[in-house]
Amino acid sequence: MEVTTKSMPYDAWKDNEYIEGLVKQLQESGTNVIVGSLDKLINWGRSNSIWPLTFATSCCGIEFVSLGAARFDMARFGWEVARSSPRQADFMMVAGTIVNRMVPVFRRLYDQLAEPKYVIACGSCAISGGPFRKSYHVAKGIEDIVPVDVFVPGCPPRPEAMIYGIMQLSRKIKVERFFGGVNRQEKQAEFLAAHPVQGVED
Amino acid sequence: MANITEKINKLFPGIPVEGENIPVLTVAEEKWHETALRLRDSEDLKMDYLVTIVGMDWKESLGCIYYLMSSAFNQVIGVKVIARGDREKPLIQSVADVWKVATLYEREVYDFFGIIFLDNPDMRRLFLNIDWVGYPLRKDYDENPEINPVSIENERQSDFTDVYSEDAAGNLVKKEVRVFEKEDFVVNIGPQHPATHGVLRFRTAVDGETVKKIDVYMGYIHRGVEKLCENLTYPQTLHFMDRLDYFSAHNYHHALCILIEKAAGIEISRRAQVIRVMMDELSRIASHCLFIGTYCMDLGATTMLFYTLRVREQILDIMEKTCGARMTFNYDCIGGVMADLDKDFVADVKALLEVIPKNIKEYNEIFTGNVIARNRLEGVGVLSREDAIAYAITGPSGRASGWACDMRKLQPYSIYSELDFEEVIAHEGDSMARFKCRLEEIEQSARILEQLVDNIPEGEYCVKVPKVLKLPAGSWFQLTEGCRGAFGLYLESDGSTKPYRLKIAPPCLPAAAVVDHLTRGEKIADLITIGGSLDYIVPDIDR
Repeated sequence: MEVTTKSMPYDAWKDNEYIEGLVKQLQESGTNVIVGSLDKLINWGRSNSIWPLTFATSCCGIEFVSLGAARFDMARFGWEVARSSPRQADFMMVAGTIVNRMVPVFRRLYDQLAEPKYVIACGSCAISGGPFRKSYHVAKGIEDIVPVDVFVPGCPPRPEAMIYGIMQLSRKIKVERFFGGVNRQEKQAEFLAAHPVQGVED
Repeated sequence: MANITEKINKLFPGIPVEGENIPVLTVAEEKWHETALRLRDSEDLKMDYLVTIVGMDWKESLGCIYYLMSSAFNQVIGVKVIARGDREKPLIQSVADVWKVATLYEREVYDFFGIIFLDNPDMRRLFLNIDWVGYPLRKDYDENPEINPVSIENERQSDFTDVYSEDAAGNLVKKEVRVFEKEDFVVNIGPQHPATHGVLRFRTAVDGETVKKIDVYMGYIHRGVEKLCENLTYPQTLHFMDRLDYFSAHNYHHALCILIEKAAGIEISRRAQVIRVMMDELSRIASHCLFIGTYCMDLGATTMLFYTLRVREQILDIMEKTCGARMTFNYDCIGGVMADLDKDFVADVKALLEVIPKNIKEYNEIFTGNVIARNRLEGVGVLSREDAIAYAITGPSGRASGWACDMRKLQPYSIYSELDFEEVIAHEGDSMARFKCRLEEIEQSARILEQLVDNIPEGEYCVKVPKVLKLPAGSWFQLTEGCRGAFGLYLESDGSTKPYRLKIAPPCLPAAAVVDHLTRGEKIADLITIGGSLDYIVPDIDR
């Protein structure tokens, strides 16, 4: 099964092995015809209306604003409904540096996103700390704080790169098992168990 | 220069004055508060604008250098004060009652160096957690991440702030004071809020719809740039300037290049200077365009964003052709600029200059004259000229209050003294004036571009600079005009290839401090109007 969009040939994509792995997993799981068809229908809808959370800490956020404007126009893909509340959003684009003080806030935002939820690490700061990696007050990549689905490198990434990143995410959504899969999110439950939030003071 | 040294000698006989361009006084700590009052109130000096407080660790002692400017005489001086006491508890008298912005600046120094300012009404940490161990900008700070680990647990919050004072016997007394009154109703706004323009947090005490007090919480994007710079060579420090106020990337880069060139005695070619100034002004137009778009969007006029980003994209195209990037250009370098102009540059700039007047007319038709916009902006958040100076609000926000504070005019650098442009000044001091000032500045920047676009001289774009750049021991201070106000840079060198101390004095830090003053007694919906009109960029505040 080749997972692609209408306008883009399969070979033009990068990281096809990752998606092929997901397809293989999906085929081996042996879902029955009815549930499988329902999954397909739901995923078709989900992958074409991924709503982002308005979340930006620095430079990359401005490129995200450009992405929303007329020239790059993310409305073409159905992503333009940027929500200010995490409870209404599907994914968060971590655009900018995450510093020590921001980490608990960021983690809480992630916890507040409704399942199924996705994270895109956008820009080198979110991926590894980027130019500020050696600083005393910067988290060295967000992967230790939340599970990440797509990495978009750049400092800041061009809007085209962001589009590509979100398209990759939508490809991933297309091959997920919805019933008994992502709507339960076992993997994330595992991750959260391994990274618990301890005794919140009030 | 001779003039100001004479004035100081007359007023303070016996106080040593040094420095080539900017005189630096050394004042004893016991006399600092009294001296500060005299510096501000003396008819000859009128040092009413506190540019920045540079915290310093000279290893054997800690201290501060205060940079002051006179709005009347346009003179800059530095005052060096060495802290009393040992490294455990260094003390300096507070000048928070002399210059209002000092309250925040002193907090910043306390956060980074642990210097306690006696009688400062709010002596808390500013950017770092309450429980942070150590003072990061001290030379003996232990950077081991195990001491201050990244934690996903909520940080400890306190309703109290500290005030330190000395009793009659000379003992240090710490008093805890409530930030808000006990019965206040406090609403939290931010750090994740679409209208705070980044990750800034306001703890707001409200009485019904009316704002009683705002406690600004910063540090959600504090990346420790000043400390990072101390471990990098001079050319390597440049790229951080792009990432502070990312709209003024060229301007800030330019400022550091000027400072290093001044220190190293490098003369750059006329062509490079013209290119740099053109890039600065293009940035200014792009920055103000984005301000107009996002500000109108905050107020509910979402469509404006699409109109203003059209011009911004056109400018980014011009920059991309020459610099190779849409943001974080890293274009200016020590000795000139990285690469020559693109062959289409002149034609592109001319095409841009043609569309700008039409666009401004369009913005005015859509938004400025709109009755809803006028009702929301006019008379909201009025900042008087005196307060603008006392709170150090520079840039278009300061000029909207009638304070002529354009560093391109006051402290001309590069080729600005030869250019013909007007300083846009309004006197209303409200949000509408701040908005209009930015709109008019676009026209003035376009005027500068018009003068230069046909007169880009031939020549080399970058002069030869030694591969390993060492600066002589000494200190330098430079003020330039970023897109949001006066941008100060202080550099101290010990003669090696790395800066001993690089202090960044951003224009947005005071802008965040003044929000409390401006919003008191206003409605909570006006917080968005006022905060937006000050146009602060949070990574520039936090650095």
